[in-house]
Parts: sequence; structure tokens; C-alpha cells
Amino acid sequence: MLRLSVPLRLALARLTLPGMVAAAFGTMLLGKADTVLVERARMALADILAPVHAVLSEPIGAARAAIEEVQHLIALRSENARLREENERLRRWQAAALALEAENASLRRMTGFVPDPQPSYRTVRVVADAGGTYARAVLLRTGPELQPVRGQVAMDERGLAGRITEVGSRSARVLLVTDLNSRIPVVLEGSGARAVMAGTNGPRPRLQHWPEGTRPVEGQRVVTLGDATTVPGGLPVGVVRWTESGAAEVELFARLDRLDMLRVFELGLSGILPPEAVARPQPRPRR
Amino acid sequence: MSRPRRPRLSLGWLVSAADRAGRAALPAALAVLLMVVAATPPDLPSAVPAVAFASVLFWTLFRPAAMGPAVAFGLGLLQDLLTFGPLGAGVLTLLLTHAAAMRWRRVLARQSFLVVWLAVAGFAAGAVAVGFALQALLTFAVPPVAPAVQLFLLSVGFYPPLALLFTRLHRRLERAEAAA
Repeated sequence: MLRLSVPLRLALARLTLPGMVAAAFGTMLLGKADTVLVERARMALADILAPVHAVLSEPIGAARAAIEEVQHLIALRSENARLREENERLRRWQAAALALEAENASLRRMTGFVPDPQPSYRTVRVVADAGGTYARAVLLRTGPELQPVRGQVAMDERGLAGRITEVGSRSARVLLVTDLNSRIPVVLEGSGARAVMAGTNGPRPRLQHWPEGTRPVEGQRVVTLGDATTVPGGLPVGVVRWTESGAAEVELFARLDRLDMLRVFELGLSGILPPEAVARPQPRPRR
Repeated sequence: MSRPRRPRLSLGWLVSAADRAGRAALPAALAVLLMVVAATPPDLPSAVPAVAFASVLFWTLFRPAAMGPAVAFGLGLLQDLLTFGPLGAGVLTLLLTHAAAMRWRRVLARQSFLVVWLAVAGFAAGAVAVGFALQALLTFAVPPVAPAVQLFLLSVGFYPPLALLFTRLHRRLERAEAAA
């Protein structure tokens, strides 16, 4: 070990804090200047911690399940009555849906309609919060069998939850639709008008930029706008709700306060075609 | 003060050196563990900054040898990476918390828990304000106020249980040091 004189050691100790503060400003500059490096560092850490989070989330999940169980027991009677009533209503809807499906199939046969490719999805576990104080995001534990791509959407069993923004080798970060920075292109079902759903950090994102003359109607369903490469169209998002102050908001189907599994959707095409799939221009034969 | 005799390199010395290093690193290691645990539940407001704040503050006040500026820097970096926040915001917040606690250490270390807790609320308000300002500065957007208030309440609320845990550890370490 280095032997330093006492005054020198004291001086060094006094300099550590200012040095560290300067280094903090350095990291801020680095964070602004080299976002790729920072993102790589973040995802490397997330990859290392994903299995740890997965183990830790077991007891947390068990505790939450126990609490929910007790709540269910307490609400058993009223819940039962509500479910009976809902079941009755859903039966009527099922009959309507079956009739419409049959009609739709016959109409498609008549018009020779080419159906959209069925989107496929994989279900992955949510292992951690990746949002901090001012953001709404979660961390997924992915594996070698699922390699998500930035921009792919994720939904829970009810509706759209968010979009993948960062991808590591064993984990991926999903920015939830409620985050302040989230902008998702959507379609208003019925009118077919397009709009942008912007997060506000509150529970209900806002609708913006719908075309003139197609005002969103209270209760209208909102679905995703497909983009042919990463996002399948028609995924359920929520229903339109007008606030008292006159803003159009979306009441989400997804239950973002209790995410444990998410479906990551992939279309057959990835964003960039593999080189062998692209027909290369052949050199013209010389004359 | 007599200078200690230079120890010879032996198994006994190595064990005691490892022992000392372990004791010195324990508070920081515990802080890292608590932060990772706090980052796990996805549907609660993030408690990572609150846990990091309580760790830095407690150890700076009561065992400053184990919580130097470098450790505060490291914990801040971990916080920024874990929460995907703007890099450097957590680092500077925790360093300033450390510096403020260092300044008030001599007064606060002798006070009752309630007085310390009141001071913690003051420090927390400052730390949350600094974090809010840095967030605004680094993302070029004014962040919503509600999460900041939430974080303040979390920071104040998390302190007593964590301080209880840390105090026990602190006592143990003191006893081990007295025995060594």
C-alpha cells in the first residue's frame, strides 16, 4: 500500500468529492453524447439482472396472489352476481358474433378477399420495473427462442400494453402506452379514422391528430394501426372517453397495474429482409 | 499515535484483511441488493431512488468510512442504469445527498431518531427537487409533478424501516470491530 503523508492524504480526501461531482457531470455529458454506449450498458445490466429479477419476482408474486385471494373471498357474493349478469350479456354477444362471423365468411368468399397474414405472438414474463420515477416501462425476460425487435408491440390478455424500445440478449424493455413519451398510431373502429394515442403518465392516454370531421365518439373502440413490418393492425387498445374538460382519452383494455405476462407480436416479415431473400439485379449480359 | 507494525503476509493476516474488506463493503453491497429488489415489482411506483437515498444518507451519517463519495457515485450510476433514467441525474443527486449529510453529520449523529427523521425529510425534499431539475434539464421537458411528490413520500417513508435494519447491521459491525 502507498504510504502518504497525513496532510497529503487529507488533501486527497477533500478532493474526492469535488472530483466525483465533476465525474457526475462527465457522465451526464456521456449520456447525452453517446446514447448507443449508454443503451448497451443498460441492456447489459438488464441482461445480467433479468434472472435475478425473475427469481425475486416469485415471492413478490406469491404475496400478491395471496392478497388477491383474500380480496376475492371477501367480494365473492357480489362478484358472483356481477359475473352471472356479465355471462348473460356475453352469451347474447357470442350469438351476435357467431352470426357476424358466418356472414363475414360468406361475404369474403363472394368477393375473393385475400386475408391478412395472421400475426403470431410469444408470451413472455414481465420481471421488473424499468421506468424509474418519471417513466412507465417494464422489463421482459426474453430468451434465445425469442429475439424481439424494436418497435414490436406487446399486449396483455386484454389489450395493447406497450412497445419494445430496447433489446438485450436476454431482456427487452417495453415502454408502456401511458408513458409521457409514448406515441402509438391507432385507428378508430367504425369511422376508420386514424389518430395518435399519446401517453400522459396518467392511467388514460390522450387521442390526438384525428382528421377533421371524424370526431372520436364516446365509447368507440380503438385498435392498433398496422404498419406491415412490425405492428399487426386491429389489436384491441381501448375505448374512447371524453373528459369533462373536453379531451379525448382512451380507457385502456390492458390492466397496466398488474402486468405479469405480455404477448410480443411478430409479423412474418422482420424489418429488414435477409440478403438471400432479395433478388439481386443480375449484371446485364454484354453485347 | 504510534504507527501500526507492518503486517507480515500470512494466512491469518489475509483472513483478517478479507474480514475488514468485507465489513467495509457490506453497507454498499446491501444497498445494491436492496436497489435490485426495489426494481423488481413492475406495477408499484419505483422505490429504487428512495432506497438508494436512504442507504447513502444513513451510512454517511453513521458510518462515513463505508460510504465515501466513490460509493455514492457507484450507487447513483446503478440507479440511473436500473431505472433507465437520464444518466448522471441519480449520480449527482446521491453525491449531493452525501455531501449534505457529511456537512450535518456531527450535529445529526447525536440526535434522537425523530430529529434525524425530520432532517431526512428535509434532505429528501432537496434530493427530489435536484432530481426533478436534472430530469427536466437532461430530457428538455418538464416532468410531471405527481411522481416527484410520490418519490418524496417514498423516501421519507422508506427511511425508518431501512434505518432499523441498518442500525442492527451497524451495531453488529461495531461489535465485530471491537472484538477484532
